[in-house]
Amino acid sequence: MHAHFLDPYKPRSSPIHQLDARLKVPLVIAFILTTSLIPIGGWPFYIFLTAVLLSAEILSDLGIPFFFKRAALALPFVLAALPVLFTQTGNVWVTLPFGLTITAPGVERFISVALKAWISVQAAILMASTTPFPEILLALRALRLPKVLVSIIGLMWRYLFVIVDETIRMMNARNARSGESPNPSYKHGGSVFWRAKVTGGMAGNLFIRSIERSDRIYHAMLSRGYDGEIRHLPLPSIPEIQRWISVVVFVSFFLIVVLARVLWG
Amino acid sequence: MSCVIEVKRLSYSYPDGHQALREVSFHISHGEKVALIGPNGAGKSTLILHLNGILPVQQGEVFIGDLPVIPKNLGRVRAMVGLVFQTPDDQLFSPTVFDDVAFGPIYQGLPPQEVKERVHEALSMVQMTEYAPRVSHHLSVGEKKRIAIATVLSMNPIALVLDEPTAGLDPRARRSLIELLRQLPQSMLVATHDLPMVRELFPRTIVMDQGQVVADGATEALLSDQKFLIEHGLVS
Repeated sequence: MHAHFLDPYKPRSSPIHQLDARLKVPLVIAFILTTSLIPIGGWPFYIFLTAVLLSAEILSDLGIPFFFKRAALALPFVLAALPVLFTQTGNVWVTLPFGLTITAPGVERFISVALKAWISVQAAILMASTTPFPEILLALRALRLPKVLVSIIGLMWRYLFVIVDETIRMMNARNARSGESPNPSYKHGGSVFWRAKVTGGMAGNLFIRSIERSDRIYHAMLSRGYDGEIRHLPLPSIPEIQRWISVVVFVSFFLIVVLARVLWG
Repeated sequence: MSCVIEVKRLSYSYPDGHQALREVSFHISHGEKVALIGPNGAGKSTLILHLNGILPVQQGEVFIGDLPVIPKNLGRVRAMVGLVFQTPDDQLFSPTVFDDVAFGPIYQGLPPQEVKERVHEALSMVQMTEYAPRVSHHLSVGEKKRIAIATVLSMNPIALVLDEPTAGLDPRARRSLIELLRQLPQSMLVATHDLPMVRELFPRTIVMDQGQVVADGATEALLSDQKFLIEHGLVS
């Protein structure tokens, strides 16, 4: 029993999968930046960006429902935008108790923010499900992110699965001993306080083991010559055609933002 | 009650589609000590996790005593089968040895005095009574293995199921664990790669390979068939 289900990458041979991660990651970042810079109420631009996103999702061979299901997980975060419904001044649509009012600009702003979040989350899901994690790390290196940070993210990803596996095994061991007495007058399960104490003990154990494991990993790194400096092989070159397509897309994103700002700004 | 453990045509596939068990059937009688051997990936651990309902039965049936292993009976079944995991660190999740050994009895709702008695009894069976206040984390692997066995003995199980009990032990700790297993009166199913221990301790052996039981019989006869052992990756 392993925690493979946590890895969002779904291998396919689609053009989106084949796009070099060093272009895909900055393209997704640029796409999210473009989405967030479109002014409130720029509906034609939202439709355009959604169309671009859906096209990429179809091209990725994973099917649109795959992305919609995963994007639904991000819906609760949209609630954070709820206060804008009540804080904008303008044409009042609904009057609520406690002096709260929902205005037309409030609704427009809320829908815009929610739409932007939904589009951005899907773009991130598209990237994570079409790019193996090591390639995302490679892209972060190519983007000149500090090497130490890239290594920390890499190690975190590597050992996240180990820790989740360990947690699953520990929970199995707990369930295996969670029995009932043959005497029906004894109420099984223990008190809430005791159960919380056991769970706390498990969390503490995991914490200590993680720290000890990090020591062992560090020793293994030292024994293979680690001196605090992280070194990598030189990165392979990006195919010419992908490079040009990316330049065109980056410029298009820039023009979209400028156009939206001019028309709606 | 005819058998302690009875498995009938049990099949299981993991969510990724990998079929780990195919029509596995066997039974273990009262007081019987049985070895379960097979190469890595043969399905031994998957089978063990079915014996107290950690993995749900997909196809086939599992009985502990007279109780079928179904969601309704899991509480009783878990009190009857003491499952000892391969890595003792997974089993020892409480701050002290006492807390760990007391987990099962407290969960069952036993009165505090009985919990203490059970813990004392279990720790004395594994000769570790003086370890009760110790922090499990600081024990040696051999000591952890003994405590892990005590954590299930405190539940008064009718059967013990152990996964690789001698893995990672030095010769002295291994010898003392074998002696402990010899003395315990419960029925036992022990998954292991330690063939010398199997020869010494278990009159009967079940051999699994690729999710199936490929042999079930007298240990002496099975382990003397060199061709059979090579064929199933049990000797090199």
